[in-house]
Amino acid sequence: MSPELGHFALALAVAFAFAQAILPLWGAWRRDARLMQAAPAIAIGQLVALGTAYAALVWAAVTDDFSVLNVAENSHTLKPLIYKISGSWGNHEGSILLWCLILAMCGGAVAVFGRALPASLRARVIGVLGLSACGFELFALLESNPFARLWPAPVDGRDMNPLLQDPGLAFHPPLLYVGYVGFAIPFAFAIAALLEGRVDAAWGRWVRPWTLAAWCCLTGGIALGSWWSYYELGWGGFWFWDPVENASLLPWLTGTALLHSAIVVEKREALKVWTILLAIGTFSLSLSGTFLVRSGILNSVHSFASDPSRGVFILGLLALVIGGSLLLFALRASLLSSSGLFAPVSREGALVLNNILLCSIAAVVMTGTIYPLFADLLFGAKISVGPPFFNATVLPLAVPVFIAMSLGPALSWKRADLGAAVLRLWWVAVAAVAAGLFALIGMQALPALAFGAAVWIILGAIGEVVERIRLFRVPVAASAARFAGLPRGSFGTTLAHAGMGVTIAGIAGMSLAQESITLTKPGEGVPLAGYVFTLVDLHDAPGPNYASRVADLRVTRDGAPVALLSPSRRTFPVQKMTTTEAAIHTTGFSDLYAVLGDERDGAAVLRLHYNPLAPWIWFGALIMAAGGGISLADRRLRVGAPMRARASAAAKA
Amino acid sequence: MIRKMGTRKKRRMAVLLACGLGLGSATVLTLSAFRDTLVFFVAPSDMASKAPGPGRVFRLGGLVESGSLRRGMEDSRPDARFRITDGAATVEVTYVGILPDLFREGQGVVTLGTLERDGVFHAREVLAKHDETYMPKDVADALRKSGRWNPASGPPPQAALWNTLGAAKP
Repeated sequence: MSPELGHFALALAVAFAFAQAILPLWGAWRRDARLMQAAPAIAIGQLVALGTAYAALVWAAVTDDFSVLNVAENSHTLKPLIYKISGSWGNHEGSILLWCLILAMCGGAVAVFGRALPASLRARVIGVLGLSACGFELFALLESNPFARLWPAPVDGRDMNPLLQDPGLAFHPPLLYVGYVGFAIPFAFAIAALLEGRVDAAWGRWVRPWTLAAWCCLTGGIALGSWWSYYELGWGGFWFWDPVENASLLPWLTGTALLHSAIVVEKREALKVWTILLAIGTFSLSLSGTFLVRSGILNSVHSFASDPSRGVFILGLLALVIGGSLLLFALRASLLSSSGLFAPVSREGALVLNNILLCSIAAVVMTGTIYPLFADLLFGAKISVGPPFFNATVLPLAVPVFIAMSLGPALSWKRADLGAAVLRLWWVAVAAVAAGLFALIGMQALPALAFGAAVWIILGAIGEVVERIRLFRVPVAASAARFAGLPRGSFGTTLAHAGMGVTIAGIAGMSLAQESITLTKPGEGVPLAGYVFTLVDLHDAPGPNYASRVADLRVTRDGAPVALLSPSRRTFPVQKMTTTEAAIHTTGFSDLYAVLGDERDGAAVLRLHYNPLAPWIWFGALIMAAGGGISLADRRLRVGAPMRARASAAAKA
Repeated sequence: MIRKMGTRKKRRMAVLLACGLGLGSATVLTLSAFRDTLVFFVAPSDMASKAPGPGRVFRLGGLVESGSLRRGMEDSRPDARFRITDGAATVEVTYVGILPDLFREGQGVVTLGTLERDGVFHAREVLAKHDETYMPKDVADALRKSGRWNPASGPPPQAALWNTLGAAKP
């Protein structure tokens, strides 16, 4: 019964999506207040319908309804409950449905939180969201129906890919999808602004929180994915410049640029056309990233829910959405004029530089990601582009970004004195150079440079706050009062920038990692980086739907016990697969990482890693996302945007 | 008014210059990196004609020949030796480390490494897809090219069969 209910709800959602696309846009065009007023209700209706459909899918998975093809192919009675729930988005059909659900949530969010928006803008934003939903929900209904039945129903399911049976699956895809799809809201605002033919400071103020929220989720999602591949895949690596990873990095880069250029629109009414283009570009990259990978066109070692046979429909949809919005941009962008003037050396100038560099990095990463595809199609050459390419191209472009990250916030709006800003940051520069030189003693040039950059960014972010509260220049009490009075948005900037610095330090630390691959008998010890890993025991242990082989390792340093590591190999009988479960002991400053390989004559192959500063990579990303969250809580964003009349009056003043 | 136009023009020039500089350096970096870091895919039967010289990293893909996997020690580090085949030719591969969980004889595999003077391919990375029915696209193309598999006739055969069937075909 419930799968039919879900199927019906999905069909209903498609109907709602068409209504949501047509009625509000028509109403806004004809200035029909009743049609415009209907927009929020339709968006909520669509959300309820898709929520019901998704709940039906989860219910089918939880109750082991193997008459549903999707459940039979991806689930098993013995699979733990958490993976029955999270498994609903661990396959092609379910992940598309989740994608649609999150898009509907965006519509619902605008309907609920956008009450202060002008009626026509709100109607258009919701309408554009509905328009983008139409195609993808139609795709879910017609081409990748998650509720397709299987008859006769099998006694048991085929179980899920064991690599996905991990808590990472519960959090990483939804968070990443919220990040991807969240950029639909700035996109809808951009298209609505093109339709309206106007962009002003108030528009910037409405767009920024949505962009910020999507950016936080994308940052968290990418970091979680990187962490998952670090511990689950057992490779001990956190980033491989793989197409799937690049697909998530691209919208992050342009989304970061969008976040910064929206500030300029809000504060200075400049860069309007550019910001609109960035909003369109970011969502286009989100779309093509998710779907190129899903359609199997780009190959990757860790794409799971892909299905090449359905690629054509998706490609057509992508062309329609991206091409249509760019066409609209070309036709209407000339209507938007920027009023705010600024000198090249100014806060705006620094933000423009940030935008140019981030977009250049995005262009380079995109070239490296899709070039093999074109080389294959055009020249028949089978090539791949690996980490050396990305390191050689991204790093030189990233260095000026890092330098600007600390200098930019120190510049004033409109016109600034670069020399004075550098002078104010002298102690940061000295500390960064000292850190780089000190690091040069123990390591190669590149990591040393990265450590210098990390210190520059972290101290620069702190220095910005120190400067604002005039620490040591006015009495401490006055500084404290200034500190308490600082807007949360500026703490957000500080935290996000500092988080980036922490991540860079972590990545630089990883270049000092040491590893050892040995064949070890029980009782033997392996020395690595001052630690001794002793293999205590090898034994079998049962699991819910797998059997595992566990190695117990005792780690000591100078004879004192440090940790007990138990890496294991799990054999899943249903899928006839083995997975490697790495064991990690973290001190916060370094990771001890152990992987169990195959066994030969009572001895086990062990791969041991010592990864200094590795946890900082994800810790930094967490700080970045937290910074975004604090910015979101800023009163200036929460208290509602000023009405248009007030905003334009303020701009004239 | 004229002065204002001047500053506007100057500002635009500065922005355009910065854009050009950003895109220009991105292009230069991309092209120079392409020259040095592109990694070519080579099938076993192309090894004689197309393989880059010693020291240059490239990818070698094919099916792991059945019965070819030997595990041993090299410099007191555990290593694995196996042969990769596309039906027409085979290449000896050595790899130090832990093979991926999905590495099996008879399955498609892509390795990254260098061909050394001893004629053995020294793999740094061994990639097996996280899916046992998966055939790496490059490997499938190489098999099709060597005439050992017609995609229209169904999924690729197991390598175990190919080692015997291969000789019968032209």
